Amino acid sequence: MISQILFIAITLAAIALFSFNLKKVIRNIKIGKAADRTDQPQKRLMTMIRVAFGQSKMVVRPIPAALHFVVYIGFVIINIEVLEIMIDGIFGTHRVFGGLGSLYNFLIGSFEILALGVWVGCAIFLIRRNILKLKRLNSPELKGWPKSDANYILITEILLMTAFLIMNAADAKLQALGAHHYITAGSFPVSQFLQNLLPASEGSLIAIERGCWWFHILGILAFLNYLPYSKHFHILFAFPNTYFSNLEPKGEFSNMQSVTNEVKAMLDPSFTPPEAEAGRFGAKDVNDLSWINLMNAYTCTECGRCTSVCPANITGKLLSPRKIMMDTRDRMEEVGKNIDKTGSGFDDGKSLIDNYITREEIWACTSCNACVQACPINIDPLAIITDLRRYAVMEESQAPSSINAMLGNIENNGAPWKYSPADRLNWAKEN
Amino acid sequence: MSEKLNIEVPTMAEMIARGEEPEILFWVGCAGSYDERAQKITRDICKILHHVGIKYAVLGTEESCTGDPAKRAGNEFLFQMQAMTNIEVLNGYNIKKIVTGCPHCFNTIKNEYPGLGGSYDVIHHTQLIQDLISEGKLKAEGGESFKGKKITYHDPCYLGRGNGVYEAPRKALEVLDAQLVEMKRCKSNGLCCGAGGAQMFKEPEKGNKDINIERIEEALETNPGIIAAGCPFCMTMLSDGVKMKEQNENVQVLDIAEITVRANGL
Ligand code: SF4
Ligand code: SF4
Repeated sequence: MISQILFIAITLAAIALFSFNLKKVIRNIKIGKAADRTDQPQKRLMTMIRVAFGQSKMVVRPIPAALHFVVYIGFVIINIEVLEIMIDGIFGTHRVFGGLGSLYNFLIGSFEILALGVWVGCAIFLIRRNILKLKRLNSPELKGWPKSDANYILITEILLMTAFLIMNAADAKLQALGAHHYITAGSFPVSQFLQNLLPASEGSLIAIERGCWWFHILGILAFLNYLPYSKHFHILFAFPNTYFSNLEPKGEFSNMQSVTNEVKAMLDPSFTPPEAEAGRFGAKDVNDLSWINLMNAYTCTECGRCTSVCPANITGKLLSPRKIMMDTRDRMEEVGKNIDKTGSGFDDGKSLIDNYITREEIWACTSCNACVQACPINIDPLAIITDLRRYAVMEESQAPSSINAMLGNIENNGAPWKYSPADRLNWAKEN
Repeated sequence: MSEKLNIEVPTMAEMIARGEEPEILFWVGCAGSYDERAQKITRDICKILHHVGIKYAVLGTEESCTGDPAKRAGNEFLFQMQAMTNIEVLNGYNIKKIVTGCPHCFNTIKNEYPGLGGSYDVIHHTQLIQDLISEGKLKAEGGESFKGKKITYHDPCYLGRGNGVYEAPRKALEVLDAQLVEMKRCKSNGLCCGAGGAQMFKEPEKGNKDINIERIEEALETNPGIIAAGCPFCMTMLSDGVKMKEQNENVQVLDIAEITVRANGL
């Protein structure tokens, strides 16, 4: 009875803490400007099913795709097992789904195989990161927290899977002993090999079984609460992020409506633009970006597929689209903390551009869309880069001087080079 | 086969004055108008249009920059000024269909002009060539033979990833009976030439090497006789790269339009 009360209290507390943190994340995303991505719901749903559920963009790299797929399926399926743990925990039952008979045996059997798969997958991931030191997973922007974050999660998953398997092994032994409360249920294709490692006495087996059970569920609850601080948030955000992803051709940049009104008024004096609230052109800080950009930042898994295909990064320039996403998230978190402390009007004198992302980075981008194409969960780093450029050019007039010359030429001659418009048809004449 | 253009290029203004309407407007673009290398491609596109008897016209001095480099550089004001002025001209002539030799013009007019009041049926010249081949109007006969030659095609970002056009240019090369070799990074995984996003008009940021060199090294790995391009900016970057690698004796950089003109003996 005590353990049931304890279980219920811990679970409720964990869920409450998670909701509290999730609300904060959503609040932070709402720092961003409005954007409408509710058109074509059917196409959006299909995109989400294909890209997030079906992992269609992962297959480009078959090895991590296969490993990731095992871990992902493991995560999805093991939720059924968590449901049983919850019921058992609340009502003091044991293996409450055991009554399902052969179906239950099949389920537990497949969980065990998946658990082994997850175990192996995570181990290989750890090796790739820390021993093989894959370039994509060891870039400068991953020093410190992002590196330990990735390792913590992999180690935790390995520990959780180990606990699950040891728990089953102890349980099976208890079942064989006919111990009270341990009904005969489940099949144990993997953990049977662990049985010999365990003690024979009923008392110690019960202690091990209960210990692993608690470790397993507490681990899962802790994992849940770790997500909002981690790149592993993508296991939740991948779904809305792909649902709201850009459905237009990648080459198409948005036409800024605020500019349209001003340009119309310039070209046609009789046009009166609708009253609009004074905003900034482009983005200086996270609150100038749209909520889509900010949700992208929370979704980023820091996998670096974007950076590994970025022509600027490949040729040794400072720009890394992954860093753009990480910087945006870091800045958003900082602004969020400021709001918690001092309310929304507070200005800490910092901004996304300059304090996080340098001019050198944004001007190195060729707008080639390789990063957007490569991202397995449809994140768009280019949209942020473009908005930062817009701020630099339209609000500050601070473009590289050769860019200013090009802009001047377009303005005066209708071409980015200094040629006379009268010469435009010369190609047809001078042969 | 000569580079000379022995045909009159009709402008919109002339056509309208004669009371005629073209089937298609040829949007030449700034590079196609002023860049010496790109001018050759422009003339070849005219030769193709003339050869197959499509009634076309150019805007001539009435054409102005689409605003693409301004938009990618972040100057939305200048972009929209350019766009709205161009749209006024295009709508004034009641233009319905546009072909262009530049993926940047193609992308901008096709995707970004509709929201500003200019909706047209826009195609890239490689798509036109693909259609003409399918219709049997271009045959890759009577001209230079490309049989057995090694050709590798570089995907322009704004044609490929930007708009999903991967097959049309390859189709134009397949009919040549040449040996088409793909680079390691091609199609949706293609590597930029380094000119897009207004990079064409500035010095690159410091790094280990320039992007066009990286790309050329990859192209040369396929041991090509010809590197095929479909964009005047890619043309500049790739030609510069080939020169830098001192390979211009062995490797030619040619636009799909130029290859088509040669193969058809136009
Ligand atoms: S769009 Fe910019 S950031 Fe993205 S891959 Fe291309 S150059 Fe890199
Ligand atoms: S933006 Fe996408 S591709 Fe880049 S690191 Fe984040 S998740 Fe990976």
